[in-house]
Amino acid sequence: MTGSTVILANHLDLTFQTNDGPVHALKDVSLDINAGDFVSFIGPSGCGKTTFLRVMADLEQPTGGTVTVNGVSPEEARMARAYGYVFQAAGLYPWRTIGGNIRLPLEIMGIPKAEQAERVKRVLDLVELAGFEKKFPWQLSGGMQQRASIARALSFDADILLMDEPFGALDEIVRDHLNEQLLQLWDRTGKTIAFVTHSIPEAVYLSTKIVVMSPRPGRITDVIDSPLPKERPLDIRDTPEFLDVAHRVREGLRAGHLDV
Amino acid sequence: MGEQRLSRSVLPVLTVVGFLLVAWYGAAIWLNAPWAYDKATRSGVEHTAATLVADTWSQEKPKLPAPHQVGQELWKTTVEKKITSKRSLIYHSWVTLSATFLGFVLGTGLGVLLAIGIVFNRTMDMSVMPWVIASQTIPILAIAPMIIVVLNAVGISGLLPKAMISMYLSFFPVVVGMVKGLRSPDQMQLDQMRTWHASAAQTFWKLRLPASMPYFFTSLKIAMAASLVGAIVGELPTGAVAGLGARLLAGSYYGQTIQIWSALIMAAALAAALVGIIGMVQRITLKRMGMA
Repeated sequence: MTGSTVILANHLDLTFQTNDGPVHALKDVSLDINAGDFVSFIGPSGCGKTTFLRVMADLEQPTGGTVTVNGVSPEEARMARAYGYVFQAAGLYPWRTIGGNIRLPLEIMGIPKAEQAERVKRVLDLVELAGFEKKFPWQLSGGMQQRASIARALSFDADILLMDEPFGALDEIVRDHLNEQLLQLWDRTGKTIAFVTHSIPEAVYLSTKIVVMSPRPGRITDVIDSPLPKERPLDIRDTPEFLDVAHRVREGLRAGHLDV
Repeated sequence: MGEQRLSRSVLPVLTVVGFLLVAWYGAAIWLNAPWAYDKATRSGVEHTAATLVADTWSQEKPKLPAPHQVGQELWKTTVEKKITSKRSLIYHSWVTLSATFLGFVLGTGLGVLLAIGIVFNRTMDMSVMPWVIASQTIPILAIAPMIIVVLNAVGISGLLPKAMISMYLSFFPVVVGMVKGLRSPDQMQLDQMRTWHASAAQTFWKLRLPASMPYFFTSLKIAMAASLVGAIVGELPTGAVAGLGARLLAGSYYGQTIQIWSALIMAAALAAALVGIIGMVQRITLKRMGMA
């Protein structure tokens, strides 16, 4: 499943100027993500994982180094609608139905009406929300709303999915279920996914590559290529291989904290 | 359930109305008694409690007319008069209402346009908002005659000057409410639009404008009430030709307190009805938008 490089970060620096002086959100971050990878970014708050994702999405501007997405700058990639971005909150518009919400980016991109309807149906099937097209967001549970927001990010067929703690606000049981579904979805669509989380089991369960980060300044302390097979039932989390990876992530997080 | 809700909402209102009526009748006795005694002394009769009360509640030009006197006057000038008559309160209400509506529409339009400018243009945000606020610190009673006189001098009279005063009062709540409403989408929603490479116009039509609707309707209610006040104030310096303001002015010239009070009650009822209509449109719209 390893293909060409999709996202390439080279000695990336990002310093925010705040009233309390400069904050090093990212320092000397280098990473490459290949097509079809599922990459998780994990670390304590302030480690720059979300900032890194936002740099890829052209929502933040780096102050040093370079980053390319699909071989072009993040800005060009954004204008070419190369990625779908899923935020921590579902952010569905209350005045639009689920179908209407998923149609929103398609309307903005000027996709013909007939094709819109077809795409809405297809992505709703993908996230197992078929039949909910005419419902309003408030009629859905938090987990279903987040699935709808994933469907919305998938609707315009971007090859890259950037996900910023999409399940952070959901309870454990819903989260497990959505993790399982996300893996199936990734398997079926072959997308490249960058996924920010602060949950070790979630990162290990989902990823082919785990990027461990630490704060002040935000930097990468470890990159772990997962030895786990692609087929992952939920109970893989009790296997020694899984626990080994989880242990290494934990060690990486601890090391990052020690030298603060 | 429905009946329970009805009695729960109607009963407190009726109680308050009851208290007000009792207080009003009481105040009418207290305020009109000196004149009743005056009359009695001059004609050499002695008042009993009953005749005193009867007198204070039935004077022709009382300091405070009793509720039933105002009620009778309202009945006489609405139901019993042809609406084309110059003495029909419905005729005068319509004169005021037409200015109110025109001013409301103009004010809402101006308010929305200014709000859009303020939200999308930094220069306007810095320069226009202080003027908008300053405009409302000038007493309307001071500026209304100026507007009437100036517009008259350039040959504009009748409906438009009054509507301008209504507009002057009603654009303000719309500007303030719409600026807040158009800015109500959070950073995440705006970032989301950015990831889709949406244009400013798309962000406006698909996100900012729908998100501002609850603020918009709240502003409209205040603007409507302000418009009515503006139209009435606009009628005061026009030489009292027609309209509720003219009725108030004529009433005060000739000491027709009953006429003044009935015009006041009419104005209050109109304001309540207009705000109520907007409230209904608000409920229906927001419900259909899934925002109520």
